[in-house]
Amino acid sequence: MNHEAPLAEFLGLTFNLSNVLMVTVASVIVFLIAVLSTRTLAMKPTGMQNFMEWIMDFVRNIIKSNMDWKTGGSFHILGITLIMYVAISNFLGLPFAITYDHYLWWKSPTADPIITMTLAVMVIALTHYYGIRMKGFSEYGKDFFRPMGFLFPLKIIEEFANTLTLGLRLYGNIYAGEILLGLLAGSLATGLWGTLAAALPTLAWLGFSVFIGGIQAFIFVMLTMVYMAHKVSHDH
Amino acid sequence: MFTLDAFVLGASGFSEGDILFQLVMFLILMALLKKFAWGPLMGIMKQREDHIAGEIEAAERSRAEAKEQLEEQRKLLKEARQDAQELIENARRQGEAQREEIITAARAESERMKEATLREIETEKDQAVAALREQVATLSVLVASKEIEKELTLEEQQKLINETIEKAGDLR
Repeated sequence: MNHEAPLAEFLGLTFNLSNVLMVTVASVIVFLIAVLSTRTLAMKPTGMQNFMEWIMDFVRNIIKSNMDWKTGGSFHILGITLIMYVAISNFLGLPFAITYDHYLWWKSPTADPIITMTLAVMVIALTHYYGIRMKGFSEYGKDFFRPMGFLFPLKIIEEFANTLTLGLRLYGNIYAGEILLGLLAGSLATGLWGTLAAALPTLAWLGFSVFIGGIQAFIFVMLTMVYMAHKVSHDH
Repeated sequence: MFTLDAFVLGASGFSEGDILFQLVMFLILMALLKKFAWGPLMGIMKQREDHIAGEIEAAERSRAEAKEQLEEQRKLLKEARQDAQELIENARRQGEAQREEIITAARAESERMKEATLREIETEKDQAVAALREQVATLSVLVASKEIEKELTLEEQQKLINETIEKAGDLR
């Protein structure tokens, strides 16, 4: 179980090739699902188009529950892409894990803090960017002293706490899920009886992990929009 | 099984390249999806929204139109009914007047005919009386002449003839 990460140096940067592979796989799957299901668009939606429209409406509702649609509409595409990408990433590690030569290759990309923190920092950076763009720099700056000036340090801490919790919540949930799956599948299932004993809890945990994966994708997007609303809305 | 390192962030080595890769991949994915999937999908959803809004508007418009037409038809029907009522009333009035007229005319005609008949009867009667009188005169003359023939002498007869001729000449 103690697998190494396949690291490689390129242009002076360290790459975890497993992450590179899984990020690519997740992106390609998301892209294929999205593109294939929107190939034949019709006024009367059928099949996958319905599913995609459901996702769009779902994300639209998430955004609408946080800010008015006039400002929130520009984050729609970010939200849909994010929820699809995170959900698919979460599900990727569930069916199996592939190790080769003691290197762990196939896993959820979101089971690595580097990946989730990248997404989290990206989201927080976007909230700051849009906060400045939509409200102006002075208004954006003043927000750090609202509602009371002495809360400024807390506001600064909040930004870092938000970033950390956003990234690590996702990572922790998925990573823990994969570890337990690995334990059940790899360590417990030794011999016939072990396998039989492990089958039921593995099934249960798999089902739960699917649930967790979906919920975490939803939470990630939800919090993205909450933080975004904090920065771009005037009434907060 | 697990070393403590596995639970410590970054303990397995900090791979800063992944940050770059993930970021770039996500942005590329978002751009591609916007172009190939979300854009067209949003387009068709917007299109459908417009279509539905248009349909609702059209339905409302045609409903209002139908209502208007119904009102108009109702008005026309009422008018037609009124017209018919008027026509019937007129016809009845006219019929009544005609009846009156015919009755009056018939009455007058019958009166006239009665009058004429009476006059005719009167005339006939007069004529009959005159004729009878003549007959009586003639007969009486005859009877008289018969009586006279028996007793009259020639002289007296001559005298009577002369008298008669004279009288007749007077009558002329």
